[in-house]
Amino acid sequence: MMEDKIRTFLTGRFGDKILSEYSHRGQLSFYVQAQAVREVILALKADSELKFDFLTDITAVDHQGQSWEKEGRFEIIYILTSLKNTSRIILRTKLQEDAASIATLSGDWGCANWLEREVWDLMGIKFEGHPDLTKILTVEELEGHPLRKDFGITYEMPQFSHNSSDIEVVPDNPHH
Amino acid sequence: MGLEEKIPEGIALTTVDTMVNWARKRSIWPLGFGLACCAIEMMSTFASRFDVARFGMEVMRSSPRQADLIIVSGRVTQKMAPVLRKLYEQMPDPKWVISMGACASCGGVFNNYAIVQGVDRVVPVDIYVPGCPPRPEQLIDGILKLHAKIEKESLRAKPKSAARTQTADDAAKKADA
Ligand code: SF4
Repeated sequence: MMEDKIRTFLTGRFGDKILSEYSHRGQLSFYVQAQAVREVILALKADSELKFDFLTDITAVDHQGQSWEKEGRFEIIYILTSLKNTSRIILRTKLQEDAASIATLSGDWGCANWLEREVWDLMGIKFEGHPDLTKILTVEELEGHPLRKDFGITYEMPQFSHNSSDIEVVPDNPHH
Repeated sequence: MGLEEKIPEGIALTTVDTMVNWARKRSIWPLGFGLACCAIEMMSTFASRFDVARFGMEVMRSSPRQADLIIVSGRVTQKMAPVLRKLYEQMPDPKWVISMGACASCGGVFNNYAIVQGVDRVVPVDIYVPGCPPRPEQLIDGILKLHAKIEKESLRAKPKSAARTQTADDAAKKADA
């Protein structure tokens, strides 16, 4: 079974660095120590049998305000595909707010360059060693990382008849 | 064009106005410009079931140089806003803008960092069509309202873009002084 193979490979080789695993609707996920993520991913990529050599996506979650936030505010998610075995694996790692940075994969996969820039732009996770960690989606003038929970959802206060007098006509917003 | 300034005011101009406006409103050439889900309804408006060709606008131009109406059909992102403005400026006078749907008119449900909260911050809008999305009948109603508006226009009026640049210039002068 593919899943068993992956599990034996990871736990056998990395031991403590694999923190936990869970399966959701048959999709296996592993929580990995933040410092070990690149090492684990490269091992999965290099292994001739597993051959997870296709980086599907890098994304992130902000857990601010959740009861489990103290385990790490940000969760970085790597989705890898093995074209050889047509199987998929998800690696997750948690980062504390004050240490929101992780090793880049942009030297290992070309596509990681833009994926990491997207995560940086929207979530503000730093990727150490990235050659050009700049904005990719949002407008130049926008400050901050809009998918962080503390960015605020609304852009302007909506005007209704009951609050119209409280609202300035020109919004006090730096992007205008 | 300069020619219209030479026409004497009075009966002659009114007659010419009526004629020109009659021609203009019956041959509006819209720009093929779809931005989001509203564009699907716009396409439907232009297709055979609703057939906006009945009002003289069956062909959508793919170049702003050949268009005189821009239907902003959908949400305009902050990044799209300069593009929209440029397209508008590239259209020759006379030109009109229809803001179609809640998103184009006021941002709709997308009250967030990515979407322009009303396209009238970028281009001057003639007709707002409410709805999410407006049905083709509503868009056609908006187009007919635009026809009524065109009927009242006069050749003597300054071209829209020129008038607007002037206001911008005035504002700049005021700021300088
Ligand atoms: S108004 Fe509604 S249908 Fe139109 S673009 Fe916005 S969300 Fe889509």
